[in-house]
Amino acid sequence: MQIYLPIAEVSVNAFLLLGLGGMVGVLSGMFGVGGGFLMTPLLFFIGIPPAVAVATGANQIVASSLSGVLAHFKRKTVDLRMGTVLLGGGLVGAAVGVQVFAMLKAMGQVELLVKLCYVVFLGIIGGLMFIESLRALMRARDPSRRGRVIKRHQHIWVHNLPLKMKFRTSGLYISAIPPLIVGAFVGVLSAIMGVGGGFIMVPAMIYLLGMPTKVVVGTSLFQIIFVAAFTTLMHATTNFSVDMALAVFLLVGGVFGAQIGTRIGVKMQAERLRILLAVLVLVVCGKLALELLIEPAELYSLGKVAE
Amino acid sequence: MERILAFTLLLLLPIGASAEEEVVAGLSQNRVSITANFDGSEIVVYGAVKRMAPPPEAGPLQVIVTITGPSRPVVVRRKERVWSIWVNTDSVEVDAAPSFYAVASTGPLNEVLSEVEDLRHRISINRMIRSVGAPMTITDAQTFSSAVVRLREKNDLYQTAEGGVRLDQETLFRANVALPANLVEGHYTARIFLTRDRQVVSSHETVIEVSKVGLERWIFDLAHEKPLLYGLLSIFIAILAGWGASAVFQRIRL
Repeated sequence: MQIYLPIAEVSVNAFLLLGLGGMVGVLSGMFGVGGGFLMTPLLFFIGIPPAVAVATGANQIVASSLSGVLAHFKRKTVDLRMGTVLLGGGLVGAAVGVQVFAMLKAMGQVELLVKLCYVVFLGIIGGLMFIESLRALMRARDPSRRGRVIKRHQHIWVHNLPLKMKFRTSGLYISAIPPLIVGAFVGVLSAIMGVGGGFIMVPAMIYLLGMPTKVVVGTSLFQIIFVAAFTTLMHATTNFSVDMALAVFLLVGGVFGAQIGTRIGVKMQAERLRILLAVLVLVVCGKLALELLIEPAELYSLGKVAE
Repeated sequence: MERILAFTLLLLLPIGASAEEEVVAGLSQNRVSITANFDGSEIVVYGAVKRMAPPPEAGPLQVIVTITGPSRPVVVRRKERVWSIWVNTDSVEVDAAPSFYAVASTGPLNEVLSEVEDLRHRISINRMIRSVGAPMTITDAQTFSSAVVRLREKNDLYQTAEGGVRLDQETLFRANVALPANLVEGHYTARIFLTRDRQVVSSHETVIEVSKVGLERWIFDLAHEKPLLYGLLSIFIAILAGWGASAVFQRIRL
């Protein structure tokens, strides 16, 4: 069944969109990432104009994240206090990021910079996570080390800065400054890369803030809802590039996918979950890196003239 | 006043008299509505040749049919290897390139039409693209224009059908043009040319309206006229869907 998208002005198969939304939704629920880092390149691939893909992707992320976070609320695995602090930083960062994006656009190299950002960040985060979770798995298997108590997080100097806050759900008593900075940094990146930023947020929460993995996913989703909604609104009012019809198909698939994903995620071991996410991140990174390195079949591309 | 009228009549008369053959044409539809399940459309251009006298002795009659979509400027970018990665470097702004162009004829275009006539009436695809703004640093601006043609031909947005017009007894003609699904809104122009000895002897032009209707129209207008409301509505739909799915799944589990 073909469907004509009013803003993108292309005709695509409705089931393809539903499937795409569903697949990304499952991943979103499993790992607590918005799925934008997968959705946006996939939309490019099926021929949606990049501006529309980025903006509509953000709108779809709102739905799948909300669907996921509600499931997490039921199990009390959302640290609302931490989420709010991260969000505060995130909104400031996103606002700055949108300005940076406009600047890069004027310079005419936005596509390259977005791709480079993806390759660098996905590469670093995917690699680190993969190594770390592999080590954790080996530790769990090695019987001689089983008795050893593993400290969940170390207090490093950044946690002792002023403005100390109690994050009861996470079991942390640390300064509010690191989460604010993490939030702002992710906000900037998510505005530039057109994604929710969960794939950066999740590892940052585990490794930088020392939050327990169980709480991380729900809290990340909670924060992503608002950042994605903010991005959607910015794109709708400045670029007119949110395609409501496209969004509806993606999110119908996405919300159900997210519910299924959350249930799969609960049943899986935390270390295994992290290894899978790491592999996924590395695959996307590798694909984008190849695109930059291999000579493209078509050297020319068409673009709209800025008005 | 009378003098002016007489003068205009005098001007008009010889032109009307010299056209021995005239084209009379119709379209299967002069409105294309883009609905939610729009999947392309086909337009049939048909017509006849009207003559006051028997056909002239000159070469055989040929027919060319073109359909042109609204013209928009377009940026063509070229990738080049910089520090081992492929980066957009040179770009040329093509001032006008139709978003859709189809040309069908009774025979190969160069046998049907002379260079001069092509230039005058802008019939072949390459003549439709106007590019003057290439920067001084780019010496091969022509390759950028041909890239537009190549890329759009791949998407069926530019079509050439030599032999796509059927002509019966030098009088009745008919051509089918397939409009692809990824169509842009606007005024489309259908042109019909009659040629003999590669010279245009008569031409006719009509407009086809391509527009979004119904839900497509409503969404498009809302997005452009009330963007804030549209953005909020999009977010609201997303929230509703997210919450709804969660609620449905809760029920299923019970």
